[in-house]
Amino acid sequence: MKLPVQLILGAALTVLFIAAVLLSFLWTPHDVILLSISEKLQGPSAKYWLGTDHFGRDLLSMLMVGARTSIAVAIVAVGIGVIIGVPLGLTAAANRGGWLDELIMRGNDLIFAFPSLVIAILITAVFGPSATNAILAIGIFNIPVFARVSRGGALSIWTLDYILAARVAGKSATRISAEHILPNIANLLIVQGTIQFSLGILAEAGLSYVGLGAQPPTPSWGRMLADAQTMIYTTPRLAMLPGLAIIAMVLGLNLMGDGLRDLLDPRIRRAKA
Amino acid sequence: MIALEHLSLSIHGTPILDDVSFDMAPGKVFGLVGESGSGKSMTALAIMGLLPRGAETSGRVMLDGGDLSKLRDRDLCAIRGNRIGMIFQEPMTALNPVKTIGEQVAETLLIHTRTSRAEAMKIAAEKLARVGLPQDKFPLGRYPHELSGGQRQRVCIAMAIALHPELLIADEPTTALDVTTQAQILDLLRDLVAEEGMSLLLITHDLAVVSGIADHVAVMQTGKIVEQGETEQLFRHMTHPYTRQLFEASGHQPDRAAPPNNAPMLTVEGAVRDYALPRRALFGPAPTFRAVNGVSFTMNSGESVGLVGESGCGKSTLTRAILGLEPLQGGNIRLFGKDMTPATARDLRARIQVVFQDPYGSFNPRWRVEKLVAEPLHLLPSRPEDWRNRVALSLEEVGLPPDAMQRYPHEFSGGQRQRIAIARALILRPDLIILDEAVSALDVSIRAQILDLLAELQNRLGLAYLFISHDLSVVRTITDRVLVMRAGEIVEQGATEVVFAAPQHDYTRNLIAATPTIPDAWREDIHA
Repeated sequence: MKLPVQLILGAALTVLFIAAVLLSFLWTPHDVILLSISEKLQGPSAKYWLGTDHFGRDLLSMLMVGARTSIAVAIVAVGIGVIIGVPLGLTAAANRGGWLDELIMRGNDLIFAFPSLVIAILITAVFGPSATNAILAIGIFNIPVFARVSRGGALSIWTLDYILAARVAGKSATRISAEHILPNIANLLIVQGTIQFSLGILAEAGLSYVGLGAQPPTPSWGRMLADAQTMIYTTPRLAMLPGLAIIAMVLGLNLMGDGLRDLLDPRIRRAKA
Repeated sequence: MIALEHLSLSIHGTPILDDVSFDMAPGKVFGLVGESGSGKSMTALAIMGLLPRGAETSGRVMLDGGDLSKLRDRDLCAIRGNRIGMIFQEPMTALNPVKTIGEQVAETLLIHTRTSRAEAMKIAAEKLARVGLPQDKFPLGRYPHELSGGQRQRVCIAMAIALHPELLIADEPTTALDVTTQAQILDLLRDLVAEEGMSLLLITHDLAVVSGIADHVAVMQTGKIVEQGETEQLFRHMTHPYTRQLFEASGHQPDRAAPPNNAPMLTVEGAVRDYALPRRALFGPAPTFRAVNGVSFTMNSGESVGLVGESGCGKSTLTRAILGLEPLQGGNIRLFGKDMTPATARDLRARIQVVFQDPYGSFNPRWRVEKLVAEPLHLLPSRPEDWRNRVALSLEEVGLPPDAMQRYPHEFSGGQRQRIAIARALILRPDLIILDEAVSALDVSIRAQILDLLAELQNRLGLAYLFISHDLSVVRTITDRVLVMRAGEIVEQGATEVVFAAPQHDYTRNLIAATPTIPDAWREDIHA
């Protein structure tokens, strides 16, 4: 079977970033904590492939290490949203119209009602600023997103005849949710997952920017962007490189998400084959 | 005068229409009959110039001497809605839910003519009155959701005739409607055509519908018109084998053995089912809607019972209650003397299975057929070792090859999917199968095959069928007894032939009178 081009491209980009992250644990071209003011703001050279920042740190090394924070925050935040939000949404849909549905969805509304940044500030005020707390804050706000998406998708599937057939076959609501509903809303969840992943990277950048995310000297893409803003006219490279990294990562994930969605759907898969 | 001259159409190289020619006269109804995929809807789209990308046509579409197929899209826009009106199958999706009916009818006028808004609304009111929606009962400010299906279709008709089109195209205009509503809409269309001097192109799969309304009929098969002519002559003489085949299939009578005189199997006594409606006040009690109101009947094993009624009469609700999926608020449903409720044990549930209408929505699209057919085995204490053999056997019984097991439902046609649904219902060897509009979505020739299959399975396995349908002609051919349901109550029940020959209740009489039939006199010539 022929794989779709977008899936290959998306997977290639994603694998490239993950490889860079894994490599960064073993080796980076330079030490990201080592400052070398004399070599600040250098252009790309044989020594510094992508140049240096205003403290003379190697940008390539910072991008590699920064990817760790950004990707980890986004993955864990999306994971929290999926692992807690999807079962909540499926439970709400299985009890549609009942008190459990009301409870879950009103709880969702409650979380939606607060701007994520305010809660993040609250969390960091109580527990202190760190990447872990940023993950928690972003993750909590992914829960209602996934709960809503899965409830909405599940509701329309609950009305279909094959669900009635499964109920006639004596299957419980939990079993029907797992066997019939979940696979059929997977495409929604994959698309939403890639969107939330991108938003997670951006949210981490935002939190780091206001000083609530990764703490110096740990680099992250968001902090690199924030630091670069004062030099955007003199050395645009400093902002462009982490920006491009974020774009490439998000693009790769979206392409891979779309490709996976098609690959997992037997209707589309056969039609293309 | 509208004429198609040697119209051929291919889409991305696939031939769709082949040398289609016919003439339509003003004030007359032209019926275009065919099964799904025959190209009848594509013919309508070709006339309107609304073909999908990649379409290539040859031949001519003549409207009063001008060739529409030569026009550019901009010029066609001036013709669509103005000189050609169109009505679709699904009146709900054809109307915009956020605009009032007056606005929607007036919109056609505002687009094509230089009328003022007030003037357009005035004409809209006239047109709505003309289609049977007078202003005192149906003011212009009504929204589509406030109307019934038949009333919505009337709005669509008012939109289509707002500018006195020369040609009105109706694509399955009554397929989504109940029989009594269908009869009213067909009457309305016939009157409009005669009075306004329009030509009506009526596209349908239903021979009985065209026999009642059309002046001329063309029968279409795989993109070709195989036979056309004046309606009565065509029905009396049917020269083409396909026409005969369609005709035979539409009145098909499966071979059925006489029902054994067995003991009662299913008893429904005074069943009541209420639904909670949305609360009106924050803390007040939720109002309820009584969908099933004191229904009682008995079914014997091995018997076929029909349950007929129009949409919203409560037949689907009753079905779910009989399947033990929803609780009753009064009365009881007993299968072999034991209560069917949501708490019913699995061994009792295994004795009753169901086949649904929609061959597309009946299956999880991500499962292979073997898993789909095996699903009811969940009712057994554990999955039997030989489950694959059982699936293969079930598929064999419905006439599908064993290699179907490894395929996905979308790889099958509508008729084949309905066979898979029957295989799924058969796998546990139930005593009763509920057939919920199980053949309503199928083409007549496929429907005849499925009815034969059902009759054969019943004769061989001694199954009982509860056949739920709005289609009286099908119920008549396959049931021993019939129950007529209206507004949650059974208004009449009895032996099928007795009820059809001498209906006692007014509602039953209306239903039977509204059901389109091909005049018996026309049939005689064929059988002679």
